[in-house]
Amino acid sequence: MKRPNQLFRNFSAKIAAIPMIVTALFVFVGGTAWTVVYSFTKSGLLPRLKWVGLDQYERLWTTKRWIVSIQNLAIYGISMLVLVFVIGFILATLIDQKVRFENVIRTVILYPFALSFVVTGLVWQWILNPEFGIQSIIRDLGWTNFAFDPLYNPKIAIFGVLIAGLWQGSGLVMVLMLAGLRGIDQEIWKAARVDGIPAWKTYLFIVIPMMRPVFITTLVLVVSGIVKLYDLIVAQTGGGPGIATEVPAKYVYDMMFGASNLGQGFAASTMMLVTVALIVIPWAMLEFGGKKHG
Amino acid sequence: MKTVYKLLAVATVIFAVTSAFAEDLEVMHWWTSGGEAAAVAEFAKAFDATGNHWVDAAIVGGEAARAVMVSRITGGDPMGAFQFNHGRQAEELIEAGLLRDITDIAEAQGWKDVVNPPTLLDACTVDGRIYCAPVNIHSWQWLWLSHKAFEDAGVAVPTNWDEFVAAAPALEAAGKLPLAMGQEGWQQSGAFNVMMATLVPQEVYLGVYQDKNPEIAGGEEVAKVFQAAADARDMAAKSTVQNWNDATNLVITGQAGGQIMGDWAQGEFAVAEQVAGTDYSCLPGLGVTEMLDTGGDAFYFPVLKDEAQIAAQSELAALLLEPATQVAFNLKKGSLPVRGDIDMSAANDCMQKGLALLADGKILPSTGQLITPDTTTQINTLFTEFFADPSMTPEDAQKQFVSIIEDAE
Amino acid sequence: MADALESKTTSLRDGPRGPKPRRTFSRRNILLYGTLFVIAVYYAIPLYVMIVTSLKGMPEVRLGNIFSPPLEITFAPWVKAWSEACTGLTCRGLSIGFWNSVRITIPSVIISTIIASVNGYGLANWRFKGANVFFTILIFGSFIPYQVLLYPVVILLREIGLYGDLAGLVIVHTIFGMPILTLLFRNYFSSLPEELFKAARVDGAGFWGIFLRVMLPMSIPIFAVAIILQVTGIWNDFLFGVVYTGPESYPMTVALNNIVNSTQGVVEYNVNMAATIITGLVPLTIYFVSGKLFVRGIAAGAVKG
Repeated sequence: MKRPNQLFRNFSAKIAAIPMIVTALFVFVGGTAWTVVYSFTKSGLLPRLKWVGLDQYERLWTTKRWIVSIQNLAIYGISMLVLVFVIGFILATLIDQKVRFENVIRTVILYPFALSFVVTGLVWQWILNPEFGIQSIIRDLGWTNFAFDPLYNPKIAIFGVLIAGLWQGSGLVMVLMLAGLRGIDQEIWKAARVDGIPAWKTYLFIVIPMMRPVFITTLVLVVSGIVKLYDLIVAQTGGGPGIATEVPAKYVYDMMFGASNLGQGFAASTMMLVTVALIVIPWAMLEFGGKKHG
Repeated sequence: MKTVYKLLAVATVIFAVTSAFAEDLEVMHWWTSGGEAAAVAEFAKAFDATGNHWVDAAIVGGEAARAVMVSRITGGDPMGAFQFNHGRQAEELIEAGLLRDITDIAEAQGWKDVVNPPTLLDACTVDGRIYCAPVNIHSWQWLWLSHKAFEDAGVAVPTNWDEFVAAAPALEAAGKLPLAMGQEGWQQSGAFNVMMATLVPQEVYLGVYQDKNPEIAGGEEVAKVFQAAADARDMAAKSTVQNWNDATNLVITGQAGGQIMGDWAQGEFAVAEQVAGTDYSCLPGLGVTEMLDTGGDAFYFPVLKDEAQIAAQSELAALLLEPATQVAFNLKKGSLPVRGDIDMSAANDCMQKGLALLADGKILPSTGQLITPDTTTQINTLFTEFFADPSMTPEDAQKQFVSIIEDAE
Repeated sequence: MADALESKTTSLRDGPRGPKPRRTFSRRNILLYGTLFVIAVYYAIPLYVMIVTSLKGMPEVRLGNIFSPPLEITFAPWVKAWSEACTGLTCRGLSIGFWNSVRITIPSVIISTIIASVNGYGLANWRFKGANVFFTILIFGSFIPYQVLLYPVVILLREIGLYGDLAGLVIVHTIFGMPILTLLFRNYFSSLPEELFKAARVDGAGFWGIFLRVMLPMSIPIFAVAIILQVTGIWNDFLFGVVYTGPESYPMTVALNNIVNSTQGVVEYNVNMAATIITGLVPLTIYFVSGKLFVRGIAAGAVKG
């Protein structure tokens, strides 16, 4: 239906797309190119074109903290991705059972998203603190050997962050899933019931495939949040104990604004961007490049 | 915003005939806590008294503040003045010609004669020109001890680091945490640097941080400091707090024996209404080598075009070091004044100890004056690892430390 | 079509989305509400901790049991957070930045949502050659940490003469909200039945005509989600607010951060908690209101078939 003879209406669409095109080219492509260029310089507090070749990258990959950061992000990212989808979807289906007080329940689950990460981190730091958090409460109740101190054990500290991350982020996933569920045609349910298909099968094999667009949106939202994970870490653990919960975005910011070493920060962010580009661009071209109703 | 400035500029031209003053000057700083804000208010009050107006831009945290400063300067919309830690952070801005040379003001005010120690002015000087106005001195080398904790443990309050280490088992037996330490890199490396400055001869500290001599950094004296840091690590093994002030609170409540922290910890004791000498002790130089570093804050002035704004900058710069402003500001801030010729008799016991050391010239340059923020960050990371991981030996840590010092500029 | 429409509206009134509920005290209901209750408790505990802490005096906070209710309720931390806490020199608490935040959030949310919805609509229904390339770049853009683009954006704004201006900040929020919102709208419009679009085209409606008369009325749920995302993101933003404007338009979060993040001096946890709850009230209110819209949006959404 979109042929060259309809240039006029396409013209409107092109006019309307100008903000998007400008943003894509000047900010995202331009900004990325700028970052890559300056990653080959010795920029400190200010961006300056003092070329140093690959020095910044050499230092980056010999820094233990950077390697640990990547590992942490992988652990956190995979766990977060799986759990946030499972929890968000289950919550949405529960709420979708035409429950009473839906507004209240939905608000209770969603409100963490309204709070800044700074405080999310602080509150969870308290709750998980062995001295006055959950551990001490349970010990006071009589289980004196109870141990739960994820933030103070370097081996599992990243999961302590995960608890707070899930608490903060699952509400939004729930809302998106709920929006998706409510976009499903009522007739589908009727048909499934008539055919005697159990509810869980209807969800798994009929509803979820129909919610594909919502899943894609949620996926981008969740993954981009994971890649950018920073504020929560700073507020909750500060990257500790030791460097047990360091993440790449924190390395980038600490280098750029803390260490006044823009070049190193840009080299680290270039590595992040290249990785993301290698995964996202082919996937996005496949996902969004096809036919209209995908 | 620009329009506001333009209007102001026009207004200034119009009123220039009747009054040379009444200029709005935006001043950026990161002093946001109670005591800090009260201190900076003294500057604002004094500046407003000149007929100008201090437009306050307070942003918490050095990192965000740095991002804003660089953005504003790059974006062509610089503020009138901003606070920075004097030292090597501002070097680049000066080299890029973005900061105003205030040598004329410094000479007119005779800063060279009054600023004590003179190293403070050196930290503001690049190629013989002065670019900043130092306003205070903060030192790191303090050991804060809880009298209650030691009473409960049945041992005398230590008078130096070694006695403190020796008292650790008794404290532990009494269910106390011997050493409170926040789990953040700057606190841990800070404590290490304090030990290096006080437990071994002063040349070691200077050799490592001033000369960046890898041989000294890898030498026996520094090995001793790492050993002491390992002691500290054992003493702080059960410390679960992160913020420095939470750690201080453990000392205040007698749950912990002591803490190594800068003079800003004083404010916490003051708020808890504790009295130095009866409730707590402060040992400068860990009671071993009474010696203080002279870190602190300074104000810098971006290069501006507007004549009236420049005039206001000059007035502010001159005012920051005036005796009355210095006394008022530093009493509120809990820091030491940058000039030795003023009356600080209102200061408390611990501050008096600091003033006495300053008067005796028992001082060191701060690490911020000697190494770049980049190196500082690397050292912070090393110590946060070292303190969190008891399996990391002092020898390993020292090796990594040497390689950081080798690369330092 | 009218018949189908009627049957759906009817089914909407009595029809649940999931399987049909039975008697009130069925085992299923007890299980369902029990589960929801436990979940709600998990989500609510941190809020409970914040509220009780915000109602305690500092000596009580220092005692250290974060779960215990306040022995002596005090509203002083709330008063302090709202109107007395100091941001540098101005001791007017959060109130000082409140209207600035409103002035920043309203135009930013409106403009970014409009632009993104038009983008999404164009991408779903009027795709021109190459549109997907730009869209892919946009999706890639959502993965770039904001701070990395801080300085390039400063340079861009300087070049167009909007640096330091409120308009510049609105543009920045529009840019950084664009990837996710565009994706959201594109997917939503793609899921609407193509017949509607075709019918409108047959009736002679153009790009804007179809958007305004056909698409918008059907998009309430997705607008609700978009608004939730944008209000939260922009209201809680701190960095862009300080980097791209001057002190006269600093948002509320500058004061919040100054209160919460001060590292030298006494940290008043009760005031921190009160300040956080106060700052969070605006997004929370939006959730509650748009949550209802979102439910009502089902009615509009159900028209499709």
